[in-house]
Amino acid sequence: MNGNKCVLVIGGGVAGIQAALDLAEQDFKVYLVEKTSSIGGRMAQLDKTFPTNDCSICILAPKMLECFGHENITVLSYAEVKEVSGEKGDFTVKVRKKPRYVDEEKCTGCSACVDACLLKDRFLDEFDMGLGKRGAAYLPFAQAVPRVAVIDEERCLFITKGKCGKAPACKEACERDAIDFEQKEEEVELHVGAIIVATGLDVYEPYEIEEYGYGRIENVITGLQYERMINAGGPTGGHLVRLSDGKPAKRLAFILCVGSRDLKRCPYCSSVCCMYATKSGMLAREHEEDMESFVFYTDIRAFGRGFHEYIERGMEEYGINFVRAKPGKITENANKSPVIWYEDTLTGELKRMEVDLVILATALMPSKGVEELATTLEVELDEYGFLKVKDPLYAPVDTTREGIFVAGFAQSPKDITDSVAQASGAAGRAGEVISFVSLKS
Amino acid sequence: MTMTNEEVRIGVFVCHCGTNIGGTVDVPSVVEYAKGLPGVVYTERNLYTCSDEGVTAIKNAIPEHGLNRVVVASCTPRTHEPLFRRACQEAGLNPYLFDFVNIRDQCSWVHMKEPEKATEKAKDLVRMGVVRAARLEPLEYINIGVENTTMVIGAGVSGMTTALSIANRGFDVYLVEKEAEIGGMLRKINTLYPGNVDAFASLEPAIKKVKEHPRIKLFTSSLVKRVDGYVGNFEVTVVEKENEEEKEHNFKVGTIVVATGAEVLKPDGLYGYSEYEEVMTQMELEEKLKEKKLGEKREVVMIQCVGSRGQKVAYCSRICCAVAIKNAILLKGKNPDANIHILHNGIHVFGVEYEELYRKAMETGVRFDKYSPEKPPEVVKEDGGLKVKFFSELVREEREYKADLVVLSTPMVQHPDAIDLSKLLKVPLGLDGFFFEAHVKLRPIDFSTDGIFLCGTAHSPKFVPESVAEAYGTASRASTILTKSEVQTEGIVSDISQSICKGCGLCAEICEYGAIKINMYGPGEFGAEANRALCKGCGTCVGACPYQAITQRHFRDDQILAQVKSAYVPEEERIEIRPRILAFCCNWCSYAGADMAGVSRFQYPPNAKLIRVMCSGRIDPWMMVEPFFHHADGVLVTGCHIGDCHYVVGNYHAEMRVKFVQKLLEFAGIDPRRLRLGWISAAEGQKFKELIEGAVNEIKELGPFELEKHYDALVTVKEGVNNPRLRWIVGKIAETARYVKLEEKEIDAFFDEIIRSEFMAEKVTSMLESEESTIEGISEMLSIPVQDVLKYVAPLMDRGAMQISRMEGKKPFFIRGRVR
Repeated sequence: MNGNKCVLVIGGGVAGIQAALDLAEQDFKVYLVEKTSSIGGRMAQLDKTFPTNDCSICILAPKMLECFGHENITVLSYAEVKEVSGEKGDFTVKVRKKPRYVDEEKCTGCSACVDACLLKDRFLDEFDMGLGKRGAAYLPFAQAVPRVAVIDEERCLFITKGKCGKAPACKEACERDAIDFEQKEEEVELHVGAIIVATGLDVYEPYEIEEYGYGRIENVITGLQYERMINAGGPTGGHLVRLSDGKPAKRLAFILCVGSRDLKRCPYCSSVCCMYATKSGMLAREHEEDMESFVFYTDIRAFGRGFHEYIERGMEEYGINFVRAKPGKITENANKSPVIWYEDTLTGELKRMEVDLVILATALMPSKGVEELATTLEVELDEYGFLKVKDPLYAPVDTTREGIFVAGFAQSPKDITDSVAQASGAAGRAGEVISFVSLKS
Repeated sequence: MTMTNEEVRIGVFVCHCGTNIGGTVDVPSVVEYAKGLPGVVYTERNLYTCSDEGVTAIKNAIPEHGLNRVVVASCTPRTHEPLFRRACQEAGLNPYLFDFVNIRDQCSWVHMKEPEKATEKAKDLVRMGVVRAARLEPLEYINIGVENTTMVIGAGVSGMTTALSIANRGFDVYLVEKEAEIGGMLRKINTLYPGNVDAFASLEPAIKKVKEHPRIKLFTSSLVKRVDGYVGNFEVTVVEKENEEEKEHNFKVGTIVVATGAEVLKPDGLYGYSEYEEVMTQMELEEKLKEKKLGEKREVVMIQCVGSRGQKVAYCSRICCAVAIKNAILLKGKNPDANIHILHNGIHVFGVEYEELYRKAMETGVRFDKYSPEKPPEVVKEDGGLKVKFFSELVREEREYKADLVVLSTPMVQHPDAIDLSKLLKVPLGLDGFFFEAHVKLRPIDFSTDGIFLCGTAHSPKFVPESVAEAYGTASRASTILTKSEVQTEGIVSDISQSICKGCGLCAEICEYGAIKINMYGPGEFGAEANRALCKGCGTCVGACPYQAITQRHFRDDQILAQVKSAYVPEEERIEIRPRILAFCCNWCSYAGADMAGVSRFQYPPNAKLIRVMCSGRIDPWMMVEPFFHHADGVLVTGCHIGDCHYVVGNYHAEMRVKFVQKLLEFAGIDPRRLRLGWISAAEGQKFKELIEGAVNEIKELGPFELEKHYDALVTVKEGVNNPRLRWIVGKIAETARYVKLEEKEIDAFFDEIIRSEFMAEKVTSMLESEESTIEGISEMLSIPVQDVLKYVAPLMDRGAMQISRMEGKKPFFIRGRVR
């Protein structure tokens, strides 16, 4: 295969998928390497997307399928880039594929192994942000692409202890003989002309902001956890409940800028939280007429197309209450209800508010592992872990190494729209660079 | 083309879409219902039909159950039709043997409080989908060659970046710029952040590259005058102004990129602008700084959100906070002792570098005050100078600052002449005036129209790096077409029956794409022929043809009739929902607007069922009448706003036809208000809701349509809509209305007259069918004066529809002639 016309995309979220599809449609061969066992990224975890309140997975799933099924795209899931050498136009990349102990060709995603696993529902589910449970054998999520089961090698009884009942329960249950405990880590060598980094984001878990009680007060959760809760396919079937007692949550408080715009943690603005908090309030009201939502803010950053109008709608039609305050602390009362202590900066009053659930809109950060990846790729990161660009004005998707580009949150905090546009931008640059190189050689 | 001797085997897949559908509609009962529908041999329900699991289920079911038709009842064809069509194709079934029933955006999402009625409606919609599916035929895609050149409109930073990127790929680019110089808005700007670089100087390398690039043909002082054709094959005329002369350039391109940028709002009447020379916009400040004409300023007050966020425009202009802060730091740097205040309604910087800039501003001593939007600042002249007075919300006190410079941060706005370009390209503008993308989230730099793309501030206000990234993006998107030698277009085209066609030439005249030509087969023998490659599938010719000689594949009359007949079946109704309204919607605007209502969760009553066509021009007059034979109480014809039709002309015809049929109804003694017209754009979800509510309320007042009572009258109306003379007139007058302004009254009087003539002529000939009569006899029978009888009767005589039966002395008696 001529390395020139191949592109490596690292990260299978919406940005990576868009870049891959653009390039595939231009007859480039694309390798899409995704660390987790399914493509889809954060967008697959969301319920709805602002400002249209489209069902997130509904608009993403066709792209995921198109990407996976495209003749020019090879998806390497459960895989990571380990080594890169060469230069623009001619990179050699070593990718390590983790064993899932399930044969991708045979598995149909029927879930028989999931149901049979002796450790079913024993562990916290990553996709559900720790709110749901999974076993050692599991499917990443309902609309996973590829729809193939995974066996957690650190938890599976057969793999760790050599014994699982009389015979491995999953193997017994599988009618396609797809379970393969002989599977080994695989190393794949790729030759590509350009690389696009689209590794997305992680959510800051604010244990260290002790005054907010995250990790201590059960009914204090993060924004993405809320998203999983309100999602019909999530751990509570779309019902908003108090985690302490399972009763319906009627009064919600969203606290913005937890960890963001914070000199001690993330000095930057995470860009999407004002919008998603408003969205969350709207979705709550759609579920139940009598839900009350409060958004505690410093500045409401609603700067994109249709965003300001969306906030107005949230206020006027959905009755979301916006309170200009950064709470001093959150305590827990005898009912395990969170109590928010704050100063309303527009009135100067000190107040306390009891709610059912507190949702912390915590800082969003570059994906874990990006530092290691940056070293492998020999690209520079800024002090926060975002990939530095060659020229912030005129080369906004070129990294500091020629032939390597960046798109999406990995470059700076942004929403889906800007990620998709930037992904096409990175694809444009990658295509241009490869074509230019080919013309020259 | 129809499938004969083959049993129809339909598979119906009903989607839960999580709880989006399943939470309101009783999906299992819809599936049960579908089982009993004619031709259905297999049913299934899916949690998410669009998921890998769902798509695989379809692909497996086709061979397993020998399905030759597939119906999916889920969200909206506008998102997933391509996905399911592909699934069918991959399973060996022609992709046009698939039908999509919308039970989410147009059902579960908009009737959330009425789950039982939503369920009944879903069943009815599935029934309509099944009867349509039974009548579908396999179609082929058409492959069309591609011109691998591009036209980029606008040579600012976005246009130049995309042009260079495409040209560097080896494709030729025509770069068209309105002004004499290229560079756009950046020519006027002082510095850019990050880096505080000189805006124009930073752009000069790109300008040089553009002017020197062998593959870029640059036209300055030029405007796009004409764009014809379609993806891969656009024919363009550009007019260049050179020394008072106009030169025309014609060329073909495969793709077009719109990068026309934006302007800055001048806030006339606000904050003393145009009253005091010390008050200026941020843009004017940039220009003054660039020209070094500002002078020393010691007391600077900047006011944010002037004209935006609900004042003159609804939106937040994204960049103004960062721009103001950048300039504040700059001014403070020039004069460290200066007092610089920024009065804001929330500082809307975001991300990494702009938040950093905000922090830096505070460190350098720029001061920020939040004003209350309910009590905005006032700029007054006092004590020989300007003062800005306002209520500082966070310290809760009235404040005032002296100012020797007041800078107003106003929003970016669309160019006023963008509306001309939008009409030329047939692409929409959003409610905010900027160009409207295909999908806000997933297709931000595409237009819905294939082959046309959008980048930079022409789309919405944004920073230079964002415009540049988008420009590289449009280069990539355009390359997905330019790198191909062929693209596939829709198989939905027109077929003209040569045995029925009389060669009247109307279709050729009204076709916007020049896709129809008239062939001469012999002396006086003409026939129309549609060019499949040029036909865009709007169906306007189909609805216009006086003899109904044209068929539109995939939207045939018999398919639509089957849907009309099955929309309301009282025997199957478990809950009666009256009034019953049947709505025809066009794929691009009104159907999309209905979907938008769904996406926005605007709730409206479940009385309407929608039938989708590609264009309102497809809506034939018979479709406006037929529903009344099948239990409807009202009919709604909807489409794009006049001037915005995706196929340019369709809605002119729809509008004229509605007036025509309303007149026929009036004549027949049926309240014409039962037939309604509504224009809805893709962005107008709220308006769609109001349209339905209005229709329901008003038709409710008219009461249920009593078919038995009005049967004969309705038959007369039906004859009217099928009357070739009337159809020809309606078609011609609709075409005329595009160029000649016709007043409502004029059109009304006109239809009155021609319909009356036809009606009367019909009355006379049917009278003369049963018994002979004299002119005087006719006059008496019909109670109209003799001179009016003569008026109606003369053409009948002329063409032989009336003839003499016998003479009584000198008096002729007439009967119905042999010719019609």
